[in-house]
Amino acid sequence: MKSLFSTFSLILLMSISLTAQNYITRTGYIRFYSEAPLENIEAVNRQVNSALNIETGEFVFRVLMRSFNFEKALMQEHFNENYVESHKYPNASFQGKITNLDEIDFSAPGTYNAVVEGELTIKDATNSIKETGTLEVKADEITGKTVFTILLEDYNIEIPSAVSRNISEEIEITVDVELKKM
Amino acid sequence: MKKLSGICFFVFFLTLGQNAFSQDLFDLLEEEEPVVEYSFATFKTTRVVNGQSIENPAVGELKFIVSHHFGRLNEGAYQLWGLDQSTIRLGLEYGLTERLALSVGRSSFEKTFDGFAKYKILRQSKGAKVMPVSVSVFSGIYLNSLEWRYPDRTNYFTSRLSFAHQLLIARKFSNTFSFQLVPTMVHKNLVEEISDPNDIFALGYGGRVRLTNRITFNAEYYQLLTQKTASEFKNMLSLGFDLETGGHVFQLHFTNAQPMFERAFITETRGDWLKGDIYFGFNIVRVFTIKKPEL
Repeated sequence: MKSLFSTFSLILLMSISLTAQNYITRTGYIRFYSEAPLENIEAVNRQVNSALNIETGEFVFRVLMRSFNFEKALMQEHFNENYVESHKYPNASFQGKITNLDEIDFSAPGTYNAVVEGELTIKDATNSIKETGTLEVKADEITGKTVFTILLEDYNIEIPSAVSRNISEEIEITVDVELKKM
Repeated sequence: MKKLSGICFFVFFLTLGQNAFSQDLFDLLEEEEPVVEYSFATFKTTRVVNGQSIENPAVGELKFIVSHHFGRLNEGAYQLWGLDQSTIRLGLEYGLTERLALSVGRSSFEKTFDGFAKYKILRQSKGAKVMPVSVSVFSGIYLNSLEWRYPDRTNYFTSRLSFAHQLLIARKFSNTFSFQLVPTMVHKNLVEEISDPNDIFALGYGGRVRLTNRITFNAEYYQLLTQKTASEFKNMLSLGFDLETGGHVFQLHFTNAQPMFERAFITETRGDWLKGDIYFGFNIVRVFTIKKPEL
């Protein structure tokens, strides 16, 4: 009986330590920006899902494509219908790891440079990416920030020649997530 | 024995715990509350062909629509199969709120000024809230500004007015197929003959099939339900294609209706498809964003 009790308390302890090392958000921010000769296009998503495990350095993102807001409704429609085909591929995702975990002290508040490596999936294409960003560690919160660029052709997004002067082949992605301790 | 079972439990729970330990971080993200997903782009623009579609201009968006019908194809080579003639409507549509759109227009047909309001009552959605169809109500007023045919008799301003009211019931069945039903009532303050009805009822059908990401095939049919008018006029049938480029939608179509506003094309279409009374026409929809939303 005693051993059973100790087992349970052990499991309880484990589950506590399990949840304590995860940081999560559902209101992360991702912006993309295309700069082309005829127009600049910007879209913002404030409902980005992201989670970070500070023990293993695992860092994941799930982004609902429909939640990107554009300044022109028509752009938003074309983005969903023609370019990312969000009815077929509702989410973009990233699954990766912080590779310089030894340089980050999650117990000491401060801003650290982080190298994140992993697989980015948009539409039906997955590519390995490696980007650097910053992690700002606070008491119960970690803010992750980065800016990087992707190429549309890597993700099977075709720009018809008629609008090639409106949409850039290179898209700048800005990420800003405030992860809260679970 | 007791100790052994204790160890067994311990190992069992340990493995269980380890499973949880290596649990995919992704699973954490999956536990999300479902959101309401409204369907969008049931049609490419606010017209199926001549008639209204369920779409409104987005809030803060102004659509400038040039609608043009040439003459009838069966007019022959002398009239270059109708291309020498034209009927035109210029219109502006503005999305005042998420649900309400207002419009003004002017047609060359009977020199008609028109205005309408279109309000979204229901929006098709899935997820946290399931709604199988979108429903909008449409109300238009038409002012015939032709000079009075009999200037000597007493003419009333109200005689120039006519109205159309519609309920648009639409469903986007899939990304490729959308369909709508449009019960319609038209009221004319003044009719030609004493036996002509002032109120005319009709039922419209409209659909679209997406051929590629940027091209759709549209069809539209308005069936007259009021007997007297139905024997005098034809039901309107229109077939067309929507071609979309960046900021424009081009709609190219064939129809047996010369005018392009509701009262006239629903209740006064004279063309007979089988006799070749077919008008080639197009709508050009240019979109301007007047009020940019906060990002």
